[in-house]
Amino acid sequence: MLEIKNLNASINDKKILKGLNISIKPGELHAIMGPNGSGKSTLANVLSGKEGYKISGELKYQGESLDEISIDERAQKGIFLAFQYPTEIPGVNTSNFLRTSLNKVRKAQGKKELDALSFLKIMKEKSNELGMDEKMLSRQLNVGFSGGEKKKNEILQMKILDPNLVILDETDSGLDIDALKIVADGVNSSRNKEKSFLVITHYQRLLNFIKPDFVHVLADGKIVKSGTKELAMELEKTGYKGIN
Amino acid sequence: MKNQNTNYNQEYKYGFTTDIENIKAPKGLSEKTIKFISEIKKEPKWMLDWRLKAFNRLKVSKEPDWQKPKFPKIDYQALYYYSAPKSMKDKPKSLDEVDPKLIETYNKLGIPLNEQKKLSGVAVDAVFDSVSVATTFKDELTKKGIIFCPISEAIQKHPDLVKKYLGSVIPISDHYFATLNSAVFTDGSFVYIPPNTRCPMELSTYFRINASETGQFERTLIIADKGSYVSYLEGCTAPMRDENQLHAANVELIALDDAEIKYSTVQNWYPGDKNGVGGIYNFVTKRGACRGKNSKISWTQVETGSAITWKYPSCILQGDNSIGEFYSIAITNNHQKADTGTKMIHLGKNTKSKIISKGISAGKADNTYRGLVDIGRNASNSRNYTQCDSLLMGNKCGAHTVPYIKNKNSSSTVEHEATTSKINEDQLFYCNQRGLNQEEAVSLIVNGFCKEVLQQLPMEFAVEAQKLVGISLEGSVG
Ligand SMILES: Nc1ncnc2c1ncn2[C@@H]1O[C@H](COP(=O)(O)OP(=O)(O)OP(=O)(O)O)[C@@H](O)[C@H]1O
Ligand SMILES: [Mg+2]
Repeated sequence: MLEIKNLNASINDKKILKGLNISIKPGELHAIMGPNGSGKSTLANVLSGKEGYKISGELKYQGESLDEISIDERAQKGIFLAFQYPTEIPGVNTSNFLRTSLNKVRKAQGKKELDALSFLKIMKEKSNELGMDEKMLSRQLNVGFSGGEKKKNEILQMKILDPNLVILDETDSGLDIDALKIVADGVNSSRNKEKSFLVITHYQRLLNFIKPDFVHVLADGKIVKSGTKELAMELEKTGYKGIN
Repeated sequence: MKNQNTNYNQEYKYGFTTDIENIKAPKGLSEKTIKFISEIKKEPKWMLDWRLKAFNRLKVSKEPDWQKPKFPKIDYQALYYYSAPKSMKDKPKSLDEVDPKLIETYNKLGIPLNEQKKLSGVAVDAVFDSVSVATTFKDELTKKGIIFCPISEAIQKHPDLVKKYLGSVIPISDHYFATLNSAVFTDGSFVYIPPNTRCPMELSTYFRINASETGQFERTLIIADKGSYVSYLEGCTAPMRDENQLHAANVELIALDDAEIKYSTVQNWYPGDKNGVGGIYNFVTKRGACRGKNSKISWTQVETGSAITWKYPSCILQGDNSIGEFYSIAITNNHQKADTGTKMIHLGKNTKSKIISKGISAGKADNTYRGLVDIGRNASNSRNYTQCDSLLMGNKCGAHTVPYIKNKNSSSTVEHEATTSKINEDQLFYCNQRGLNQEEAVSLIVNGFCKEVLQQLPMEFAVEAQKLVGISLEGSVG
């Protein structure tokens, strides 16, 4: 699904990713942990195609190089990023935004665009699963949403867009324990043989709910250690200093 | 670094020209020209006298020059002041007699005039250069006592109303362009809503400039009698040309006791090309008088076209408890310039005004909000709220806010808020990541930024206006 080889990325002459390697197969869920500022969000940004980075190395998605592919095309091809800090967009109705987004993706994938009514049905169903208040979806996108509501809204979009590669950037941060379970359920119910996940988190706790196939430690721009769920437990005890 | 998949790259959609034989006034500005206009419109003598009075005034009047957008001197002798299709000479009695080319032109503009296809719930007066071509739903409106007709027809058929109100809000001597308009105005709409009548449909006028080297001098007069309500909308487009063409309009609104007028504009004159060649000079005087108590006038404008937009739709709040509103979106891209805003003149007691202005500037464009809030000595307990937001795209464009505030009554309050921001990269990234391309993302974000104004538009036009906002900003980012 995703093949990252010797990835280097810098911005404003600051080197952030320094020779990073990861390979994710369909159906796998990889967790990435690592200290603040180690480059986790940068990796997520680079994968989704955000501009402004100087990049070298190899990035392959579904066997195809991502080099010349824009952010929106990557999204249409099924790469989804749940943002660490979802942006507020004033004046834009949340459910209209979701429908526009879904129809863009569907259209690119050769599917029929959904009319307002059939979309509403899907949105209702998915938002209920996440225990979201429907009224929230008629509000302006992320405006005045609480931290947890913003994160749920990201997961809602993930569920609606049904992507192939999901990148969750600290989606668990700022969630209360109930919300954490709901979000984890949302992820678990979306897991299948075709979909892959890259889950960035600081907390082992999340991985009790979402069982990763692999856990990687990202420090100073590269993967310094990889393992299974046990690695996360170990980190919890020793902290990042214990690694290397 | 990557190629955004842009899926629309539309040029100005309305830039075509209708090839039609015209009757023109003699070139240039003179008494002869004015007499020509008055005669071809079969005007009574009092109207000609009024025009000539304005013309005399014009001779001693000077163009204002305090505006931010400067422009080369206009050669008033090089213009035609009247141009109309030859087929309109003997006014067609019904739509069947109207030249099919004209009907076709309006079809192309999305304004079907024939009975079967006409827009439902919207009565249209179609003005082509200097004449009104057709007015729909006239009979239905007449049944309710509503008058909706070209102003040239009102001058003949309803002289008492015209005499009473024409120039009563914008005096002949107001300023250069208002005076010029008073001397040479050609067509526009006349609306009269009788007492206690709610106009059952949207009234609208569609202005089309077609002929070259021709100025368009629109004159519109709307009177809402006691306890009445009307919602009126104007739209406009023009061919793509290398010359700058002048559209100098005067629009007067009068609201009597307990009456309300909602006036919306979607201005999409040709903006000129990417290098700033051509485009309309849109120099317009729009003013409404809330003459009666509890009356209300609300202006909404979406200004996306024109090389230069220079206008301040204003409210004179004479009646006690009257309300004035101004909602504005002004978008300038490439080399376009806008200097627009409003004047709220509070004279009566307990008068309220609200100003919401959204200026969006891209390319090398320049956008100024200029507004006056004037609370008179007797306007006790009056209130104004003003909010001006500017959005910049790129770093070659400009945004300016020039508010003038005069409060002469200590029991009244004026509140002013202003923000200027750049289009937010994180918002663009967020939208892109959800599958929207750059143009779509810009359009969505800007439409959100303008929402408070867009939602003031009649529903029938809101969707079109939203699309227009996106199209006007095409190529502004990335
Ligand atoms: N535009 C930029 N200019 C300069 N430095 C930047 C820029 N963007 C990110 N950085 C730096 O790159 C480093 C990695 O940032 P990144 O956001 O990827 O960290 P992270 O691993 O996600 O951290 P956290 O766990 O706190 O979310 C940080 O030191 C950050 O300050
Ligand atoms: Mg981060």
